[in-house]
Amino acid sequence: MISPAVVLLLGWMLVPLSLTIYFSFLRYNLITPGANPFVGWENYYWFLTDPSFKAAMANTFMLVGGVLLITVAGGILFALLLDQPMWGQGIVRIMAIAPFFVMPTVSGLVWKNMFMNPVNGIFGHIAYGLGVQPIDFFSQIPLLSIILIVSWQWLPFATLILLTALQSLDQEQLEAAEMDGAGSMSRFIYIMLPHLARAITVVILIQTIFLLSIFAEILVTTNGGPGVSTTNLTYLIYVSSLLQFDVGIGSAGGVIAIILANIVAFFLMRMIGKNLDA
Amino acid sequence: MGHIRLTGVKKCFGDVMVIPPLDLEIEDGEFVVFVGPSGCGKSTLLRLIAGLEDVTEGVVEIDGIEATSLPPAKRRLAMVFQSYALYPHMSVRKNIAFPMKMARIPQDEQERRITDAARVLNLTDYLDRRPGQLSGGQRQRVAIGRAIVREPSAFLFDEPLSNLDAALRVGMRLEISELHKRLATTMVYVTHDQVEAMTMADQIVVLHAGRIEQVGSPLELYREPSNLFVAGFIGSPKMNLIAGPVAAKYNAHTIGIRPEHIDVSANSGLWSGTIGVSEHLGSDTFFRVNIHGLDEPLTVRTDGEIGLRYGDTIHLTPNPDHLHRFDAQAARLA
Repeated sequence: MISPAVVLLLGWMLVPLSLTIYFSFLRYNLITPGANPFVGWENYYWFLTDPSFKAAMANTFMLVGGVLLITVAGGILFALLLDQPMWGQGIVRIMAIAPFFVMPTVSGLVWKNMFMNPVNGIFGHIAYGLGVQPIDFFSQIPLLSIILIVSWQWLPFATLILLTALQSLDQEQLEAAEMDGAGSMSRFIYIMLPHLARAITVVILIQTIFLLSIFAEILVTTNGGPGVSTTNLTYLIYVSSLLQFDVGIGSAGGVIAIILANIVAFFLMRMIGKNLDA
Repeated sequence: MGHIRLTGVKKCFGDVMVIPPLDLEIEDGEFVVFVGPSGCGKSTLLRLIAGLEDVTEGVVEIDGIEATSLPPAKRRLAMVFQSYALYPHMSVRKNIAFPMKMARIPQDEQERRITDAARVLNLTDYLDRRPGQLSGGQRQRVAIGRAIVREPSAFLFDEPLSNLDAALRVGMRLEISELHKRLATTMVYVTHDQVEAMTMADQIVVLHAGRIEQVGSPLELYREPSNLFVAGFIGSPKMNLIAGPVAAKYNAHTIGIRPEHIDVSANSGLWSGTIGVSEHLGSDTFFRVNIHGLDEPLTVRTDGEIGLRYGDTIHLTPNPDHLHRFDAQAARLA
């Protein structure tokens, strides 16, 4: 007998998945109601040859890569700092993880209006104060701005995981390295970094899964613009299905996103599998 | 070289003074064991010598050079930790090579020293394994190997055998002693196990609450403990300590007599009592004897084949040549 949990799980997963695949083969546009004929690979053809698709793929990888780079490097730095004994350690640690609890839409809006706005934002004010031309973040460096916002959100997560990993490092190993003549830089490279390798791969895996589907921050700040400069794959699917009302092409995009995520997951699992063995 | 001198060294953690000012001199080539009960400051003292802790006051000299504020790496000492502290992501070869890599010793010289150390420590077949794939004794040897290749002026051991099982411990004890004979380098060894101290040391430093109670060779400590603490700590089973009127007869506040220095007789003796628990080791038998008029039972060693058992009456006579007398301040009376 198949257990109820499996049935629930299958229903939960398989129904939306098969409907998405089914829709992706139909000509199904909400603006032109009527028959929804089966059109084979036509939707995939249009989605993949859309000039925005290439840009969206590039943006997706830039976004994921950029955020990973900043959060891992910054996370290690913050973890090292927070690991130092200091006054008010508890409060500092809580404040350091606070951004993680802010909803993506809220943080997107806060950054857009209170930090990055060239007239009202803090960065604008600082620029005025220094007598410099303020940067209009979302029109001059739109993708980088999104990367900064998302990094700010995910930095606490990386910091937290890396901090716990750092605290599990045997202090005697560091002392032994010190006796062996390793300076603080050598201790970091030869002892701490290898110890953190596992935690870093976990951070990369988990963040990649979530970063591939970044959406809210883009919606509330740039709406994918200017042009398509901040449109990632998720946002392109949203544009196709909910702004152009083309369910068929949107679904085709969804299937492509699923395949992409699985390819990434496959490589990540192999990479991590190797790392977790040791 | 490997001469270590501590002068007025004091260590406080916050307001707590763990080591009151003490002086200690360790001669070149000596095997010195710090022994004492848990929390007596013996590991802290070792870490002060290593430079892993800063001294609060006083001077540490190594080979005649003041080392008080030198970082650990500059003191030319090698340390073997209780947890071995091997680097888990490096092979045995790389673990042993690490201090030489840090010292930028040429590759072929590194290779030569690794081969030598591996041969001495029976690690040749394990050089390409990771520490996780080794047994406790092998890990211990890797940790020692990592210390040897630096050719330090002194070795520091921090309870290196306490994670090993009893049989392995005896084996490693011999190996470390042999290593000392071969290298003739100063070794400072911390343990709470007085058997390790007695068997390995040239000089034993008995510590109690951060204070040095006595420094001497194993037999000096055994024969002439300078105070009650050393008397009770050195020797297994412990020395019998008797206070009160019995001791007063010997003009002392407390007298001490080791279990092996009491004559046992079934018929006559100075003290009489009944046998309590007995421990048969084959070669020896230890009796706990409840003496009439004493609160604490005495421990007595006799021949393994003696025909006495629980509840029997027994007569004991302490050997007057081996009787230790202590005054009210717990110091030894001549």
